Amino acid sequence: MNRIIQKEQFSEKVVKLVVEAPEVAKARKPGHFVIVRCGSGGERIPLTIADADVAVGTVTLVVQNVGVSTAKICALEVGDSLTDLVGPLGRATDIGRRDGTVVCCGGGVGVAPLLPIIKAFKEAGNRVVSILAARNSQLIILEDEVRRYSDELIVMTDDGSAGAKGLVTDGLRRVLDGGDVAEVVAIGPAIMMKFVALLTKEYGIPTVCSLNTIMVDGTGMCGACRVNVGGRMRFVCVDGPEFDAHQVDFDEMMMRMKAYDAQK
Amino acid sequence: MEQNDTVGGRDSAWREQLRGAMPAKERTAIPRVEMPQLDGAYRVTCNEEVNQGLRPEMAVTEASRCLDCPNPTCVEGCPVGIDIPGFIKNIQRGNIAGAYAVLRRTSALPAVCGRVCPQERQCESRCIYNKMKKAPVAIGYLERFAADSAREAGVPAGEMPQSNGKKVAVVGSGPCALSFAGDMAARGFEVDVFEALHEIGGVLKYGIPEFRLPNSVVDAELDGLRAAGVRFHTDTVVGKTLSYERLLEMGFDGLFVASGAGLPRFMGIPGENLIGVMSSNEYLTRINLMGAGRPGSDTPVPAARRVAVVGGGNTAMDSVRTARRMGAEKAFIVYRRGEEEMPARVEEIHHAKEEGVEFMTLANPVEYVGDKTGRVTAMRVQRMELDEPDASGRRSPVPVDGAIDTIEVDLVIVSVGVSPNPLVPDSIEGLEVTSRGTLAVDENLRTSLPLVYAGGDIVRGGATVILAMGDGRKAAASMAESLLK
Repeated sequence: MNRIIQKEQFSEKVVKLVVEAPEVAKARKPGHFVIVRCGSGGERIPLTIADADVAVGTVTLVVQNVGVSTAKICALEVGDSLTDLVGPLGRATDIGRRDGTVVCCGGGVGVAPLLPIIKAFKEAGNRVVSILAARNSQLIILEDEVRRYSDELIVMTDDGSAGAKGLVTDGLRRVLDGGDVAEVVAIGPAIMMKFVALLTKEYGIPTVCSLNTIMVDGTGMCGACRVNVGGRMRFVCVDGPEFDAHQVDFDEMMMRMKAYDAQK
Repeated sequence: MEQNDTVGGRDSAWREQLRGAMPAKERTAIPRVEMPQLDGAYRVTCNEEVNQGLRPEMAVTEASRCLDCPNPTCVEGCPVGIDIPGFIKNIQRGNIAGAYAVLRRTSALPAVCGRVCPQERQCESRCIYNKMKKAPVAIGYLERFAADSAREAGVPAGEMPQSNGKKVAVVGSGPCALSFAGDMAARGFEVDVFEALHEIGGVLKYGIPEFRLPNSVVDAELDGLRAAGVRFHTDTVVGKTLSYERLLEMGFDGLFVASGAGLPRFMGIPGENLIGVMSSNEYLTRINLMGAGRPGSDTPVPAARRVAVVGGGNTAMDSVRTARRMGAEKAFIVYRRGEEEMPARVEEIHHAKEEGVEFMTLANPVEYVGDKTGRVTAMRVQRMELDEPDASGRRSPVPVDGAIDTIEVDLVIVSVGVSPNPLVPDSIEGLEVTSRGTLAVDENLRTSLPLVYAGGDIVRGGATVILAMGDGRKAAASMAESLLK
């Protein structure tokens, strides 16, 4: 059981939970995720780690209510517990000094797992430009935290209610045109990562994406999370969650993510 | 773990008396017992255990068939060397506690082994009755009878031994890990078992279905281990949640890796990533561990009418029989060799047939076809014929030119084996891995790190419950010897 010690409502459908998990807090690195289960009949679902506090022994999760399980988790209050939390899972982000700017693009709740990556790239001595994108200003999360660790922050909204009006790719194209970009990291909805990958491919810029597929065990056992990367079958839980975005078959991935839509 | 009077060796007076009580000719004339089982039509409507277990009088009669051979070859056929005549003769004289004590000397999980071991290829295949062209003694049924009766009678599984002051960690909680844990606890080690999932039991919980191995049976065996002092920790991935260094920091003197085989294999054919094509691990985990399809479970599973299961092993049988219970009108096995060559236990194949499962042998899928939403609707199957025996001793299948059929399906379960899970090997520095991805170990099951031993599928790549348990026992013996030096 992992007790919730802090809760913040980011928007109608998005909450931030600070959860007790001392060993996970100690072991986690940027890029890792956890599997959680809520209730005795609860499903195992993957969630990304937005932050951790080793001293207090907590991890921070940002959860978007998109179905039965996430609705249950979003309804938990301070003092309630997640039935299970296991991790950190997956491979950590390859952080290091890059020869040029690192551009971090976050869409929707994808900003949450992006934050520790932004922080780590900055701490490794890189120039970091962050681009946050959402449908409207209400859905932009963690803006102040991202700003703190970025040399430049660009906010894009579909309706122009915050930052500039347009898609993440509009902001990204401007940065790429400015030159000196060494790497792009994109985390968000599959469709957003797909278009970021298409754009950076034009520019020949290495691009990493982090995939949030359907999982059951999260340790390589079931294969529900399999994706096609460069023509090879890879498991997001143990081979990922980060992959070369130029190699990922996003169309197949989006199709597979609809497997249980009819049963939601 | 020494023998005591209540159990008795072959030389005990009561054993001699039993041997003399009935002439061999009379014993061998008794027909082999038949396991009472639920009717096939009824059992596909529920998840109840198919084999109902022997009644006491049946067990005693069957036990009296055993000739109590001076050199029992059945024992040589058992990977953990259970004293088979020893427990059987205790059943015959009505001493359940004695029979159970004999089993517990070599097996941490007798109620499990009595149900899932391939006895026809192990102990029973070596029974003297085979030489007489008669059906072997039903050793598996009797093992189950002894373990179940002892549990129902409340015979204690064991007690907390005197601590020897050493502490060991176990990675995984499947049969190999549990057998290691039981043996180490009996030797006085403090044992902590770390399981990645939210339930203890590994493949016994997520893999083997309720109708073949009820969870209550597994839980009772776990309670026995708890009583012996074994501590269980769920939601803990060694190498991830707790690093090897962290375990040493926590005071563990040794580590045993029994993390299982892990990654399901796929065939690499077109359409394998369509919705409705999944591994047997995924299908069985959703249903057995997560309770998909039962009220109160949030985990979904596809509702399917026509289900194909690719493979011929026990996991394939578990999957196809589960599909029938989940409401499939047609559930069938697709296997590239013949039925003779299937690695599944003979009993599972019989049970599957009784439950209306169809067998399409000498057939190999070559492609899956989907609709515009990406859901599988059909499979293309290449007909095969058998050629000369291959390296495995089985006749190898070769395609029949131009013989490809298209079969309508709405769920395909791929059950063609597993590869070693890289999770643990990758996250403990200095652990040597073989070219197959399994952990490299010496003859004592010690890895390249002196304090780390390994066994079961992470070493073997995919085997049976009992072979995994044999590894657990062997590793316990060698680790204990090295740590107590």
